[in-house]
Amino acid sequence: MLTAQEKHQIDHEISLVPTPQNACIEALKIVQQRQGWISDESLKDVAEYVGMSPAELDSVATFYNLIFRKPVGRHVILVCDSITCWVMGYEDIRDHLYNKLNITYGQTTEDGRFTLLPNCCLGTCDCAPTLMIDNDLYRNLTVEQLDEILIKYT
Amino acid sequence: MEKPLTQHIVPGRKPLDLKAYEKVGGYQSVRKVLKEMTPTEVQTLVKNSNLRGRGGAGFSTGLKWSFVPMGPDAATPKYLVANADEMEPGTFKDRVLLEGNPHQLIEGMIVAAYAIQASISYVFLRWAYKLAAKEITQAIQEAYEAGYLGKNILGSGFDLDMHLHTGVGRYMCGEETALLNALEGKRANPRAKPPFPQVSGLFGKPTIVNNVETLCNLPHIINNGAEWFKKLSLTEDAGTKLYGVSGRVKKPGCWELPMGTTIREILEDYAGGMQDGYLFKGLLPGGASTDFLVEEHLDLPMDYGSIQAAGSRMGTGTMIILDDQTCPVGFVHNLQHFFAQESCGFCTPCREGLPWVEKILLAIDRGEGKPEHLLTLDFHTKFLGPGNTFCALAPGAMEPLQSALKYFREDFERHIHEHHCPWSIAWQPSI
Repeated sequence: MLTAQEKHQIDHEISLVPTPQNACIEALKIVQQRQGWISDESLKDVAEYVGMSPAELDSVATFYNLIFRKPVGRHVILVCDSITCWVMGYEDIRDHLYNKLNITYGQTTEDGRFTLLPNCCLGTCDCAPTLMIDNDLYRNLTVEQLDEILIKYT
Repeated sequence: MEKPLTQHIVPGRKPLDLKAYEKVGGYQSVRKVLKEMTPTEVQTLVKNSNLRGRGGAGFSTGLKWSFVPMGPDAATPKYLVANADEMEPGTFKDRVLLEGNPHQLIEGMIVAAYAIQASISYVFLRWAYKLAAKEITQAIQEAYEAGYLGKNILGSGFDLDMHLHTGVGRYMCGEETALLNALEGKRANPRAKPPFPQVSGLFGKPTIVNNVETLCNLPHIINNGAEWFKKLSLTEDAGTKLYGVSGRVKKPGCWELPMGTTIREILEDYAGGMQDGYLFKGLLPGGASTDFLVEEHLDLPMDYGSIQAAGSRMGTGTMIILDDQTCPVGFVHNLQHFFAQESCGFCTPCREGLPWVEKILLAIDRGEGKPEHLLTLDFHTKFLGPGNTFCALAPGAMEPLQSALKYFREDFERHIHEHHCPWSIAWQPSI
């Protein structure tokens, strides 16, 4: 079920575009902001609200990297795996996270704290290697800094 | 040296707010075009300035605008979109402008919107640029409050609304027609052209999509004229350019320099040369989808014409350095992994060809390559090249591959003959 607040926010997005379907990505973003991901249930709710079939909406939802169709942890770690970060040794960062969190890409820690995902170039290549945790960008990373950074996220 | 785009940007400092921006001459170009110039005059001035698109393709901005239907019979509303979906690997120049001076972008967008008589504009911003989103949101609000946006701007009768739209992550969104599909709430597949967006773009209406750096140049061209803009450059392509360098150099960064500054000057004087213990082997001049250049090209001016004549493209102007201790096969594999992943899957050569290329490169890098693999890679560079695919993604992907096969072929062959990566036997794939 969409909450009253979600419906209100989605209505605003719909008011800015010619048809409700044009606001479907915004609607997904709104729901994901509350739930952290888009469940099948939410997908159906949003589809109905904007007048699309669930399959049609899912074809949009699954196209985009940052619409999560599986549950994610409380914090999402996005490791830049593009070219400059690769040259500058991001693989050490990735491997340290694998070991430290005992998960690999696409997995969530057992306590639901972190989900680890690879990500395309974060656009700050002069400070490679880089990663993002939720809305926070970390640059010029070294393996030594990682543990201290992770502590901030509970 | 004049640096119009970055003169008011101080790294790490909050950007100028509207009042401070006005004090240094901000929004003068908006007053000038609204009060003294017709839309056609703005288009002509920008065409004469020889401003070329800074997103990578380098198409004349004034010429692009000239295809928009004008006059009372033209379809409305018309749209202007700032392409701020900077996602080309190795590219970090628009971030500087977005975070450092959002009012400059808004000012440029008002000028562009006036030139094509657009009444609705969007900033299509990459989700990852959180700080930029915050700054732009605030700047748009300030511009509305000051009457630079909204109805009847400065009493001119010209209306313009502006919205910030943050994407949800896909390289394809940088392609202008795919970006329009994303803005419409659809999968970001590219559209067939014609019709071109200038005639039938967002929601089927006339639309112009311009890169952030392109738009940021407009206020300065309006204020100072076409001849001034041309004189900023050292070569035929006008203006300044934001150049960047990343990789194993001493001081990676982004600098505004005269268009046509040589690669060597950028690398040595600004990026500080190679890090100790590393030698230069090659570079991609303007992002992941440009052909490699090597030592013999270092004295070329970084402009559209010179780099194209050398068989590559200036692209975004942000160079990625390949050093002697980095495996060229691994380097190209990383690029092809990116392109294969980001292919929208709409057309067959791209959807099927790029993963094949990626697999072959991985095999070669692991020492499992066969001599015939190089021929398979060679034919992919043709079959995925221009004219065989729906958009420029796969041809772009083939640029670093074909040039790597040309300049570093011996390194590919060594992997195959020696059955391991000469750079690291213990190398692990990045999957």
